[in-house]
Amino acid sequence: MSLIEVKNLSVIYGSRIALSKVDLKIEPGEIVTVVGPNGSGKTSLLRAIIGATSPAEGVVKLKPDIKIGYVPQRLNFNSSLPMTVKRFMQLTHKGGDKSTIMALEEVGVSSIMTQQMSQLSGGQFQRVLLARALINTPEILLLDEATQGLDQPGSAAFYRLVEDARQNTGCAVLMISHDLHVVMSASDRVICLNGHVCCAGTPEVVASAPEYKQLFGMVTERTLALYQHRHDHDHDHDHDINKSHADQ
Amino acid sequence: MIRAGLAGIGLAFAAGPLGCFVVWRRMAYFGETISHAAILGVALSLMLQVSIFAGALVVALLIAWMVNLLSERGYAIDTLLGVLAHSSLAVGLVVVSFLSGIRIDLMAYLFGDILAVSRLDLFIIWGGALLVLILVVWRWSPLLMVTLNEDFSYASGFNPKREKLLITLLLGLIVAVAIKVVGVLLIVAMLIIPAAAARTLARTPETMAILAGIIGAVSAVVGLRAAFVLDTPAGPSIVCVAATFFLVLNIVGSFKSFQS
Repeated sequence: MSLIEVKNLSVIYGSRIALSKVDLKIEPGEIVTVVGPNGSGKTSLLRAIIGATSPAEGVVKLKPDIKIGYVPQRLNFNSSLPMTVKRFMQLTHKGGDKSTIMALEEVGVSSIMTQQMSQLSGGQFQRVLLARALINTPEILLLDEATQGLDQPGSAAFYRLVEDARQNTGCAVLMISHDLHVVMSASDRVICLNGHVCCAGTPEVVASAPEYKQLFGMVTERTLALYQHRHDHDHDHDHDINKSHADQ
Repeated sequence: MIRAGLAGIGLAFAAGPLGCFVVWRRMAYFGETISHAAILGVALSLMLQVSIFAGALVVALLIAWMVNLLSERGYAIDTLLGVLAHSSLAVGLVVVSFLSGIRIDLMAYLFGDILAVSRLDLFIIWGGALLVLILVVWRWSPLLMVTLNEDFSYASGFNPKREKLLITLLLGLIVAVAIKVVGVLLIVAMLIIPAAAARTLARTPETMAILAGIIGAVSAVVGLRAAFVLDTPAGPSIVCVAATFFLVLNIVGSFKSFQS
């Protein structure tokens, strides 16, 4: 059965519709990426899956007793909270030092066990988060913009680790991201989101879809430049905002 | 004197670990609000002639719960806390002024009256402190996780709302317990200063919590002794010792990091 099944999901904050009628299925072992501009509902989708936000409409079904490895966008490590890497790794894992070292080795940062979390570099920090998510051998990894703040080589290296993890453990991966190219090349399936599902399919299919080009046209032409999203685009298929409101 | 010492130690052991969460989650003003509201509870219990502890506890828990609810709804929390803290303090003081029949030493509630701790007070203080300590230890991991990131907490199968409510209610409880020891105006000091002092020595959250408890307890004992010798008010003397710990540990800490 599917690990995650999202049916007809709408999420509404006050009067703002973050997601409207989204369908999504994640099967064991596949890497699915959700791309979309800021405010397209990527994070809302992920939050609905982990139960942090309740749907206005539709359902989120998780496989019973599913083991989720979650890699958050950021953690509030201010300097007032002392936390060694080792202690952080063992926050949700009671397996002892040996498995902690092994998990950190997998992502190439086993030498920083005794360092403070607040003093790690961006790349080290994300790797530790990934190692912590992987230590309990999850069936699915959820990554929420996990490479924010990393440069392109850094993100590429990070996604290679994610691919390795999938290879070694067979876990599925659902990630949301801005880094279109890096992420898409590593994915089995891409879902392009903008409040609703604009288009979905293999990376090649999505990259050549007109809806995708409309959303990210500027980016694909100038990959390395700083980019801005165009929010004023139109779609042919309509999603009736008032209707989903009335459905509540 | 021994009872006073025991009361201070009991409070410190619970306030240290709980205070760490206040520091980590930047809830200092939150604590102030609850503690100021407690004076309203004191006034009401004087008026209704019920136990001060019970009155303060009820009002503190009520305000704690209310603030938590409002913050969930996304109100501009800083302003809201400011309004609640000072209006409840003011209302409390006004109510007290109406109680003409009884001569009330307000100072005792604002700054504590640890030397007058009775056997029953001591029982209440240790009971409340133990309850806080047990709950903090029991919910330690979920509380830490919600402090790091709420979604992280959801994904690990904990409801962050429940843990946040727990922290707030524990703050209400510790405030009610601490009125006799340091008074409503200095309770937050016993939460924050030992924790902040412990931060300089700790490398994990657990050591910070334990050290905060120890620093608080030593401050209570030394402060009481100093108050006795120098004839100074007990509650403020305890806080002064804790502040000295904070200062010295920070100076030593920055010297160390300067050297290395």
